[in-house]
Amino acid sequence: MTFDSDSAFDTLADSASASGLPSGLSMPPAHGQHSGSATGSHPGPDAGPVNHALPRLSRRDVLRMLAAAGAFAGHGGSIPDSRAAAPANGVIVPGVSVPYATGYGTDPNLVKLHEIGDLWPLIMSKPQRRAADALCDVLLPADDLGPSATSLNVPAFIDEWVSAPYPKQMEDRPLILEGLDWLDSESTKRFNKPFADLDAASRETLCNLICDTRKAPASLEKAAAFFSRFRSLSCVGYYSTQEGWKAIGFVGNVFTPTFDGPPPEVLKQLDVEQTVA
Amino acid sequence: MPLITPSQAKAEYDVAIVGSGAGGGQMAYTLTLAGLKCVMLEAGRDYSPAAETPMFMRADNAPLRGATTPDKNFGYYDATVDGGWQVPGEPYTQASDKAEEQFWWWRTRMTGGRTNHWGRISLRNGPYDFKPRSRDGLGFDWPVSYADIDPYYTKVEMLIGVFGTNPGMENTPDSPAGVLLPAPKARLAELVAQKFGKKIGVPFIPIHRAVLTKALDADNIPQKLHPGNAWAQKIVADAMKGRSPCFWATSCGRGCSISANYQSTTVHLPPAMATGNLDLLSNAHVREVEVNKEGKATGVLYIDRTTGKEERVKAKAVVLAASSGDTVRILLNSNAGKNIANSSGLVGRYIMDTVGTSVEGQVPALENVPPHNEEGAGGAHTYAPWWGYKDQAAGKLDFPRGYHIELGGTRHMPSGYNPVADSFLEGSYGSRLKKDMRRYYGSFVEYDCRGEMIPNEKSYCEIDPAVKDKWGIPVLKWHWKWSEHELKQAAHARKTFTSLIETMGGKVFPDGLTKPEQYIEPGGKIIHEVGGAIMGADAKTSVTNAYNQTWDIKNLFLCDGSPFASNADKNPTLTIMALAWRAADYLIEQSRKGNL
Repeated sequence: MTFDSDSAFDTLADSASASGLPSGLSMPPAHGQHSGSATGSHPGPDAGPVNHALPRLSRRDVLRMLAAAGAFAGHGGSIPDSRAAAPANGVIVPGVSVPYATGYGTDPNLVKLHEIGDLWPLIMSKPQRRAADALCDVLLPADDLGPSATSLNVPAFIDEWVSAPYPKQMEDRPLILEGLDWLDSESTKRFNKPFADLDAASRETLCNLICDTRKAPASLEKAAAFFSRFRSLSCVGYYSTQEGWKAIGFVGNVFTPTFDGPPPEVLKQLDVEQTVA
Repeated sequence: MPLITPSQAKAEYDVAIVGSGAGGGQMAYTLTLAGLKCVMLEAGRDYSPAAETPMFMRADNAPLRGATTPDKNFGYYDATVDGGWQVPGEPYTQASDKAEEQFWWWRTRMTGGRTNHWGRISLRNGPYDFKPRSRDGLGFDWPVSYADIDPYYTKVEMLIGVFGTNPGMENTPDSPAGVLLPAPKARLAELVAQKFGKKIGVPFIPIHRAVLTKALDADNIPQKLHPGNAWAQKIVADAMKGRSPCFWATSCGRGCSISANYQSTTVHLPPAMATGNLDLLSNAHVREVEVNKEGKATGVLYIDRTTGKEERVKAKAVVLAASSGDTVRILLNSNAGKNIANSSGLVGRYIMDTVGTSVEGQVPALENVPPHNEEGAGGAHTYAPWWGYKDQAAGKLDFPRGYHIELGGTRHMPSGYNPVADSFLEGSYGSRLKKDMRRYYGSFVEYDCRGEMIPNEKSYCEIDPAVKDKWGIPVLKWHWKWSEHELKQAAHARKTFTSLIETMGGKVFPDGLTKPEQYIEPGGKIIHEVGGAIMGADAKTSVTNAYNQTWDIKNLFLCDGSPFASNADKNPTLTIMALAWRAADYLIEQSRKGNL
């Protein structure tokens, strides 16, 4: 099971129109919080120990992908090359000026270490990036569960994400960039300086307004959606690092001579017994 | 893999094999070890698991932390090359603009095909699964019985290495003693499912998967597989010794550089290559099977993707193992588009996929579990085989056939997604967020239905009269329709999974989907596409006979999922391989008798 972490956004955005979905294609309801779809027989590389844990695509995600790539449906329609079609078919989110970039294609070198910025230009402005750095460390500060988000390059990852030439990322782009702009303008309005220059208490004052989408006032609905999405992306960036593994409790990605299953204290906590000899 | 170029091809081969996945790999293995000279045509590029598998690569080594994209539908580190629900330059079309009447066609373009990323789930069809029509009057019986295929299941399991247990359950066949490798220990979420499954009558047991939990017995297995053929035994023993057992890290979907799991590229093709009897042509996109005036196949016509030129190879027999869809495409485009092997009119008919639906939830008892390593064998260790035969016989269920349950815990390596759902993080930031993440990580569960679809008249593919791929080859147009049988089955699965999660004290995530038409996965989504050239006992009502041999063209064999006459809940790959091995034995025997 995976969490696409775009759920809060989904409630606010019309993903069908954002992705240019053909009007003839009926859109099934989103799969709620989760990009759950059964692909147990096809583990993705990052599926982890159980093969259902794919970075899975919900039906909505794939429809969106296919739609972005051209006419999925329709009599005699065809699905052209996604890379060729993407820039031409109006997927670029209106109002955000982005240099054209291609994705990494369907055959990237998987054993090469990737560096952020290698594949497409990063589009956050300097002030946006400063705000992102500051907000990341409000969300995931250095503490006894690990280092700060900035020390793990999480803001750069978010910049890479919103700069990426793929439909889902392009859908996130305006929410994140406009949200960072909002953060600075609201901060300037209230405290007369940008978010990154606020003291801890003032940062919290602002965050408390928007950190719960259920409680935020209607006027701050979009800001709260931004916060939720930014928090989710920060977690994506943070917990995919080795320090993040320690913080969350993931153990693995290491050669082990035997697989012994859950240790006795874990079995005891759940009141179960190992049943495989 | 050592490759040849079109100009290096021999003047004529014994057999041309189209496709390098499970079916093509098995055919190449069996035929070359019997001394036949074969050429394998793979539409995609050459691929080396030893050099290209991203073992131990971390999500923070990847673009977008490894997230899924239109370029890599299962995440950055998925082994798939040039594949997905769209393949650049190779479109397909839909007859209907209604989402529920469309088919998602997954393809892969690389040596080994889909076997590089598949789930390695290796279940035998049971006796009922070959004679479904005799049991409930629906669909078609196969012209083979379980007893015919059983010895080939055993041979394939010994060759590729399958772990599991023999539970002795109805229509869930045991393997002979000593064939299966030891099942790995169950993970926490699997044990919890087992405990609470018992309360509602659902049996969770060790699954069968093609992963080496210990080294294969290279001193004894080859003699059993190739009795009386010392040359073949030595080649197979050497290949087995080149495979290492699982070291309990990294997902099988990345492929495996140490050959611990089955993929055609690490298990079937190395011994086939070692015979010296196999030539591999990559980037060979087959357009037609060529047939002479006498009605015999003479070879194949293909496009060399590197030059765009038409090329030909000649062979005394042709095997299509290109996947159901591509095999149908080739058959229908052959004979200059007038089709071949289609006197029944059934080529392209009865396309099937697997019934898929899933329910997710959160279980408070799984919060704050002490960290421990749950990677295991890079995929599922546990499943629930279909348990409802007795209820069905007693008339207590409103649908025929069954489904098995695949399940997942969530203590995986976080990659490209947030491991905790947003709804659990409302209001949270700072050190509280870090504590929340640790608390909820691994507390989410999911149950997936994998059910049998009954072939129907409305699910098929044909050639689109207007659309061509980038090489000018006419493409497939798909038609799709789930019947009430599948919809009722999905509804039953949904109810079962909800009950299971609630029995555990958990809560199901509301997804707002209320009708089976909404929560059943689209056709093709489970990537168990079979049928399209079904086998049968009568040339009028089937495309191939019981040996995957087309009725109309004696030296043409279909060795992927296309001859499946039904699609049991059991994942199709093991059956594709067992049928292929049997077809290869038959091909060898018939060719020795001069009957091809």
